[in-house]
Amino acid sequence: MLEIKNLHVKLEEEDKVILNGVDLKIGPGEVHAIMGPNGSGKSTLSYVLAGREGYEVTEGSATLQGEELLEMEPEARAAAGLFLAFQYPVEIPGVGNMTFLRTAVNAQRKARGEDELSAGDFLKTVRAKAKDLKIDAEMLKRPVNVGFSGGEKKRNEILQMAMLEPRMCILDETDSGLDVDAMKLVSEGVNALRDAGRSFLVITHYQRLLDHIKPDVVHIMAAGRIIKSGGPELALEVEHNGYAALLAEAE
Amino acid sequence: MALAQTKTDALTARTAALTAGGSGWLGAARRDAVARLAAMGLPTKRDEYWRYTDPASLTSATPTPAALFDAGDEAPAFDGIDALKLVFVDGVFDPAQSDDPTLAGVEITSLSQADGVDIHWARDIYGVLETRGQTPVQRPLATLNTAYASEGFLIRATAKAARPISLIYHHTSVTSDALIHHCIKLEKDAELTILENGPAAARVTKVMEVEVADGARFHHIRAQGRDHERRAVTHVFARVGAGALFKSFTLTANGCLTRNEQIIELVGDDGVAHVAGAAVGDGTFHHDDTVFMTHEGQRCESRQVFKKVLMNGAVGVFQGKILVKQGAQKTDGYQISQSLLLDGDSQFLAKPELEIYADDVKCSHGSTSGAIDDTALFYLQSRGVPKRMAQSLLVLAFLAEAIGEIEDEAIAEDIRSRLEGWLQRHEH
Ligand SMILES: Nc1ncnc2c1ncn2[C@@H]1O[C@H](COP(=O)(O)OP(=O)(O)OP(=O)(O)O)[C@@H](O)[C@H]1O
Ligand SMILES: [Mg+2]
Repeated sequence: MLEIKNLHVKLEEEDKVILNGVDLKIGPGEVHAIMGPNGSGKSTLSYVLAGREGYEVTEGSATLQGEELLEMEPEARAAAGLFLAFQYPVEIPGVGNMTFLRTAVNAQRKARGEDELSAGDFLKTVRAKAKDLKIDAEMLKRPVNVGFSGGEKKRNEILQMAMLEPRMCILDETDSGLDVDAMKLVSEGVNALRDAGRSFLVITHYQRLLDHIKPDVVHIMAAGRIIKSGGPELALEVEHNGYAALLAEAE
Repeated sequence: MALAQTKTDALTARTAALTAGGSGWLGAARRDAVARLAAMGLPTKRDEYWRYTDPASLTSATPTPAALFDAGDEAPAFDGIDALKLVFVDGVFDPAQSDDPTLAGVEITSLSQADGVDIHWARDIYGVLETRGQTPVQRPLATLNTAYASEGFLIRATAKAARPISLIYHHTSVTSDALIHHCIKLEKDAELTILENGPAAARVTKVMEVEVADGARFHHIRAQGRDHERRAVTHVFARVGAGALFKSFTLTANGCLTRNEQIIELVGDDGVAHVAGAAVGDGTFHHDDTVFMTHEGQRCESRQVFKKVLMNGAVGVFQGKILVKQGAQKTDGYQISQSLLLDGDSQFLAKPELEIYADDVKCSHGSTSGAIDDTALFYLQSRGVPKRMAQSLLVLAFLAEAIGEIEDEAIAEDIRSRLEGWLQRHEH
């Protein structure tokens, strides 16, 4: 599904290297988790994959279902099936959440040569999915993320994911800011989307989330590289012992 | 102090072809304006009030020619709104193209036919509100208009008008120079909507005096046409009574020079006055909103919401003042002026002012100027929205607060679709 090879990234504006040769391969239907200390480059990796400006890829490649991602505009990556649930979802005053969702859904359908969803079908789908995530009608009417609580923003990310039905979902700390019940809701939302043709990359600091969303592989990222990969037990090890031993081992 | 010779000369040249005619109250008002104007002279860019906008092309003896504009298949603004239509061609009322000016609850008289007719209510407004609006800042172009305008309407609403009145201003002559003066009076508890659409002429100098009596409700929505080369200076002078409502929204798309002045006095208690504008310009576009809001009554609410989208060297100006007089307690004043600069060449000049002489008031003002939010743009793109569409969405979002000032949803939608059209034509 997603294959990242020897990815090196620096900031465009300054000589600061952030990613230092990332290798990662996620097969169809797999769930991978990335953990790692603050500032190790996890969000940067997700931004570079999604196509945010300000980063320069100096080496390496990333492909989604065989297609070279790094050359595409962000909207083309989305249409190709990539989705990033942001660590910090963006507030857009003046753009209604519904308008936003419908514009996005229809833009992607159009890019894929499909018909637009009728207003009625769209409404029905959105209402059902919002209900599962306990997002009320009033929140759908408000401007995108404006005045949403931290947890509401995260649930709104998952609603977008559910509406857009991407192939490759990257969740950047979607668990942070969620209360216990919301974490369950969100995990259920994610698990409902799990299928043989859809893959996930879950960035998190806490083992907790991985109790709900069971990963096939756990990676540890430090200083812009994956320093260790393993099974779910790796997350438990981090939870109990922190990163010190892993970092020392990697030295 | 004697007027500078240059100012006098400019005035002589500007008025050479004009006559301040008429008998009765109208003639008297015009002659009074001629005298006031002689004492003021015409503005120059050295006047403090014209610091950001050069009035030279508004005061020149003849207008700079302005090419006619073909809007293609875009329907005129407010075309779909059921309204009584009054049409002006190059500033001259054209009855043949207009509806019969009869409307339940409203009296409508053309200014060109008002001479010698005793329209007592208009006598108390024509040139009167304009004169009141001359302090503390002089507005000679409004006085010029009072002195020499022979076209316009005297409109008096005594009840809730059955339909809006739509004033339509066609521009058909490259060198037309229009002076249009309207007086509008809403009697107690009356309600009226005035729509205005069109460039009017190569150059237009306009005044609208509006008296909104106690409990009355006035709505004004205008679109200033799409002609690139037209020049306009407009003034709205309004006096708002107790518990009355005054709302005005202006859409400006294109036009090489626009100066829209609004001078509003909240004279009764519990009055409400909202003025808003959305201006979008590309290239040789200079757009100036100048507002003077005076609070005299208690517990009044005023809002000024002005948004400008500028590209390719376009210039936006905002001069807005809230004056809260002594005794105007519990005033709630709000003012926001913002510009969205779509490139580095454009500029926005803002001078927000508050002057407060009452102690129990709530006033806020803010002015910002900035580019499109890259983070929001990326967020939209990451959801599959193409960049251009995302930009348009964000621009419309930026304008939303101003458009939100229009109460009638059909009219607001008309304005919104015009802005969408403009953005599509100017995708960058
Ligand atoms: N645009 C930028 N300008 C300056 N520094 C940046 C920028 N983007 C990332 N960095 C730096 O790159 C490093 C990696 O940041 P990144 O956000 O990817 O870390 P992270 O692993 O997601 O951390 P966290 O766990 O705290 O979310 C940090 O040192 C950060 O300060
Ligand atoms: Mg991060």
